[in-house]
Amino acid sequence: FFSRSRAYSEFLNEILICQCLSSAKLRLIVFSGLRNEDLKEMLESNKESHKLEAMKRVVGLIAKGKNASELFPAVVKNVASKNIELKKLVYVYLVRYAEEQQDLALLSISTFQRALKDPNQFIRASALRVLSSIRVPIIVPIMMLAIKEAAADLSPYVRKTSAHAIQKLYSLDADQKEQLIEVIEKLLKDKSTLVAGSVVMAFEEVCPDRIDLIHKNYRKLCNLLVDVEEWGQVVIISMLTRYARTQFTSPWKEDAVFDENNEKAFYDSDSEEKKGQTESKPYIMDPDHRLLLRNTKPLLQSRNTAVVMSVAQLYWHLAPKHEVSIVTKSLVRLLRSHREVQYIVLQNIATMSIQRKGMFEPFMKSFYVRSTDATHIKTLKLEILTNLANEANISTILREFQTYVKSQDKAFAAATIQAIGRCATNISEVTDTCLNGLVLLLSNRDETVVAESVVVIKKLLQTQPTQHSEIIKHMAKLFDNITVPMARASILWLMGEYCERVPKIAPDVLRKMAKTFTTEEDIVKLQTVNLAAKLYLTNSKQTKLLTQYILNLGKYDQNYDIRDRTRFIRQLIVPNEKSGALNKYARRILLAPKPAPVLESAFKDRDRFQLGTLSHSLNIKATGYQELSDWPAVAPDQSVRNVEVIEPVKEWAPLVGKAKQPKSDDKFYSDEEEEKDEEESESSGSDDSSSSSSSSSSSSSEGLFYDFMLPCELHDTDSTSLLSLYLFINLLLCLSAQSQAVKVMRRAVKSPIRASVTTPSFSPVKTYELLHHMSGKGLAAKYHFPRQPCLYQPNMVAVQVILTNCSDHSLEEIHIGDRSPASLNIHCFNTIERLEPEASVTVSMGIDFSDSTQAANFQLCTKTDQFSVSIQPAVGELLMPSSMTEEEFCKDQGKLLGMNETSATITMATANTSSLAINKQLLSVANVGVVSSSQNNIHRFAGRTVSSGALVLVSLELRESSTALLTINTEKSIMASMLLRDLKQALAMA
Amino acid sequence: MIHSLFLINHTGDIFLEKHWKSVISRSVCDYFFEAKEKAGDPENVPPVLQTPHHYLITIYRGKLFLLSVIQTEVPPLFVIEFLHRVADTFQDYFGECSEGVIKDNVVTVYELLEEMLDNGFPLATESNVLKEMIKPPNILRSVVNTLTGSSNVGDTLPTGQLSNIPWRRAGVKYTNNEAYFDVIEEIDAILDKSGTTVFAEIQGVIEACVRLTGMPDLTLSFMNPRLLDDVSFHPCVRFKRWEAERVLSFIPPDGNFTLMTYHVSSQNLVAIPVYVKQSISFFESGSCGRLDITLGPKQTMGKMVEGLTVTIHMPKTVLSANLTATQGNYTYDLATKVLVWDIGKLNPQKLPNLKGSLSVQAGAPKPEENPSLNIGLKIQQLAISGLKVSRLDMYGEKYKPFKGVKYVTKAGKFQVRT
Repeated sequence: FFSRSRAYSEFLNEILICQCLSSAKLRLIVFSGLRNEDLKEMLESNKESHKLEAMKRVVGLIAKGKNASELFPAVVKNVASKNIELKKLVYVYLVRYAEEQQDLALLSISTFQRALKDPNQFIRASALRVLSSIRVPIIVPIMMLAIKEAAADLSPYVRKTSAHAIQKLYSLDADQKEQLIEVIEKLLKDKSTLVAGSVVMAFEEVCPDRIDLIHKNYRKLCNLLVDVEEWGQVVIISMLTRYARTQFTSPWKEDAVFDENNEKAFYDSDSEEKKGQTESKPYIMDPDHRLLLRNTKPLLQSRNTAVVMSVAQLYWHLAPKHEVSIVTKSLVRLLRSHREVQYIVLQNIATMSIQRKGMFEPFMKSFYVRSTDATHIKTLKLEILTNLANEANISTILREFQTYVKSQDKAFAAATIQAIGRCATNISEVTDTCLNGLVLLLSNRDETVVAESVVVIKKLLQTQPTQHSEIIKHMAKLFDNITVPMARASILWLMGEYCERVPKIAPDVLRKMAKTFTTEEDIVKLQTVNLAAKLYLTNSKQTKLLTQYILNLGKYDQNYDIRDRTRFIRQLIVPNEKSGALNKYARRILLAPKPAPVLESAFKDRDRFQLGTLSHSLNIKATGYQELSDWPAVAPDQSVRNVEVIEPVKEWAPLVGKAKQPKSDDKFYSDEEEEKDEEESESSGSDDSSSSSSSSSSSSSEGLFYDFMLPCELHDTDSTSLLSLYLFINLLLCLSAQSQAVKVMRRAVKSPIRASVTTPSFSPVKTYELLHHMSGKGLAAKYHFPRQPCLYQPNMVAVQVILTNCSDHSLEEIHIGDRSPASLNIHCFNTIERLEPEASVTVSMGIDFSDSTQAANFQLCTKTDQFSVSIQPAVGELLMPSSMTEEEFCKDQGKLLGMNETSATITMATANTSSLAINKQLLSVANVGVVSSSQNNIHRFAGRTVSSGALVLVSLELRESSTALLTINTEKSIMASMLLRDLKQALAMA
Repeated sequence: MIHSLFLINHTGDIFLEKHWKSVISRSVCDYFFEAKEKAGDPENVPPVLQTPHHYLITIYRGKLFLLSVIQTEVPPLFVIEFLHRVADTFQDYFGECSEGVIKDNVVTVYELLEEMLDNGFPLATESNVLKEMIKPPNILRSVVNTLTGSSNVGDTLPTGQLSNIPWRRAGVKYTNNEAYFDVIEEIDAILDKSGTTVFAEIQGVIEACVRLTGMPDLTLSFMNPRLLDDVSFHPCVRFKRWEAERVLSFIPPDGNFTLMTYHVSSQNLVAIPVYVKQSISFFESGSCGRLDITLGPKQTMGKMVEGLTVTIHMPKTVLSANLTATQGNYTYDLATKVLVWDIGKLNPQKLPNLKGSLSVQAGAPKPEENPSLNIGLKIQQLAISGLKVSRLDMYGEKYKPFKGVKYVTKAGKFQVRT
């Protein structure tokens, strides 16, 4: 399918490019936007810098909200640009306009599909980001496929991007839900902290009701939480809050019991069952519930205010009541933050402080208002202070309120008066004080303050009217000076309600009102009608005429309500034939005792929303708000959260390096030693010329070696010296079998070792058959190349021959006879006088192959027979390792270019891609030295041909997907091609 | 989550828009303009607004509104915190967050916004990570870029993004290795008319500037950590070590960052460094008033009080001020009605005094309340709470860094009621 859609989009490319070019021209003629013409030219120029400049200007247009859509064809061509900034700007453009120009947008899809396979994770991720942001429904299947692949990517960053893409695809095509849920399920299992936040976000958007997907990941999420990036933390915490409310039982009910007999419960907690004092079974918190609370607590110290708030709401909704107060300090801390943060936090504190005064009471002073606070902040602080007021602190709060009442911000002053009213009703001790204070405010110059006071006093008086006729009288006096309609209406209502307490004043007020009735506001008129009716019922003698006058005025008022009310009142109070039964009850209707209004917080009903949410802030259910469910009566099965492997709790931050460092120091040394040991054993192991180990041989023939050890500087720990020592020992061991050993040893010391070998060949040495015992009449001969410098002549290749007597009689005088070509320079081994049956002997030879693979033919003779044998060397054996630095290597390689260079791209067996395996394979073929390389993907080896000393440089450059470029630089081109062939074969083998 | 972002200047022009999902018409901002009109002062605009189809969450910073459009339920603080982080990033990149610099660097701004959010969900907000992806502008680089066509945009995934210490980039190298810590304490206080402290607390912050090679692991310890009542940390600080040993152990981000903020327990009495003697009065008749302010040292711990200022928001009816200052200068802004008296150093021998008359609009009633005074001050080499850093140790790297700690005390929200 993938290839088909790709082919399809490429096909589209071709058609559409033709189409769009012509249509773009047409459109340009139509629009003739000069500026854009100019941009288009730049975009189509060959110069990268012009394109970039043009793109920057295009992005500038987008940022300003100007339409740049007609440039689409010109822009989209640059989507595959090499310049990364240009490319990104094109992405910006694409995402902005793809929805409008769907057909043209398809041109770019194949580029993204290619980029999705890029080895660079950053490129893969950004390709997926853009591809999924292009809101073109036709590519939904392609997006789906890309998301699925990215969700299985090795890079956690790409997986994170795929989690984001899930939401984008879902909003583009909700029909994909089922498939997307599968991807979410898979990503939820991801252990990377990078992915966790994003996938939970996707979960919340796509399938917030699939709580079952969380079970298995619940503990993991709790444990990862502290390591997740801060934005992810917020999302995960709010999701887990919802989750916990469906899965655990309430920790609150028992809490109440706990509070009541606090001490008792404390002391008897362990013997509770025995006593059976509690009627319900004791509450035991689910360990998973506890895990969540424990793991979120450190996040209260986060610098991110959103994280702190989300932990606070989690505690509010999930923690046992007595634990909630740990969030207080952190919330109060947030009040130091930006104004907008304060606003939200104060809103939440306001809701909390209604239910739990105690939580914030110690921090009361933090809610004191400053004159520089914004109005909405001031109001919220006032709200909280009012909520916090109690018998103990009310005097402090009222003193503070007195300052606020004088504030220049009159709206705030009015709000303060309301707050005083609330304090007065809530705390009966201070009602009188408040009332007196408010009455004083009635003489305030500012009208809003006075009006608000009147309104509040009215409410207060309603609660205990009997004692306050003085205040009512005082207010009646003020009536003339008060112009605010609400205040006038309030006073009129008070007069009417308590007209029997102020029998002399009320009719007078009505008289005044009759004069000004027509000019009053509607609410005042309504209250005047009310007052008139009430007075008519209680004191009809004095007020009958006044009432009728007012009712007449009301009858012809412009306002419907007033006309209706007047008509109703008239029918109610003035008895006539039509009024009927209702008339009898007029007094009971109008003068019924009315319940006092309850002054309560504006935040009273906000607790129906989860704290910290948008819905809570607006006090309206926002789109997509997830209701917090009530605690289940019985906890659902706990075992659903069990996972086979329990993950260890991670450290919050990486481990302390301090503890690590000295340890690794130790290791540094010990490692070195181990390595040396290894070298030792391996080099002795590879040398199968002697059956005895180096240590035992050195002890057996100590005296013999003594002289030779000195130049090796045994005390020096340098590994190369050690290595040369081993070489010596090996040499001497094999030579010691011969009678001329001492002589040879002297020679060896005299002739300096030509090549200092950097790497001994670790590879097992291949042994070749020289003479089969059947054809050799019992004499069997095998040979191998020990890869050691030949002791006899420097231009010879050392060969070791193992002679075995397989016959039942001893063989005598084994030696080398004629050779062909005659010029062949062979250093023969000394004649072996006698070889007993089943015995074998190893002898060394030196052969000068003159850097060719031509076989060396010679005769192996015994006393009685002659056998023609031949030694054909592999080309790699004609070399000696050469040590050089990388620099020298490159320098020498530079000299050996052109005809001297042979190279081929080879395919390597996957097992051979590690550098260790490469070295091993290569060294098994050719006797060269490893040149240390600073680049990981290039391996270099250097050697010289044995007889002419010509340099042979081998370099292997690893490419993608187990291909590699093998290059050999040497003057000996024939050798090079042969070596190339051999190496190619070796590296292809597993 | 965040659907679109509009940047609006204080006069109400939308000068930049960015959409992370489908495009939302800028007419949605009209609801905001309406609220702004109603609020009068830009600071009074409610941060969360509801429109028929969207929700608007706004922050106001540096005379700019950052307005984000939301479509579904989201914690409002999440958005607010993010918007402030955006503003912080602009400040970090361009030196300030203002209309001018944003317009000048619109491409970089766009690239930043592109990286900071993916589909409305924050992607990279760490300064160290962002700077690896998009290099901050400087003159030299922009010249080179125009000539060579090379770009400001990195092509590899920033190292921090994948590691478990995302705040620090890898391969940091300096020739001079240095670590500086500024302990800055602010006194928030409200004093009443008679000079009694109504409310006072100390809020502290430790700002760090760390330029260290490699992956240093630092441990900062205090002489008296018990003073700290409530703390919040940069994510780099290991909370467990703080809980257990009361030391700050962390691998720092590269460059400037806020290491921690703290609150000093309210049980400790807060030293108030200056006292204020003031009398401001408006006369019932004659449309004028008198002002007389004197400042003097109170509990300065033997240190010099510098940068002393007094700011007064006068009632709207005050037309002008005719004052004489014995030290420093005063200005009265007729438009905003703000009187600023810049005193400078406080000399205990000769106390600064500001005295004179205020002229009030004729016929206007006498102002109800006297304006409160906002005091600004600075004391070098002193942390007023007495907090002291005892030592800074570095592990993980071999070199010896240069270390320094500086203490400053400032007035925070320091208000004197009159």
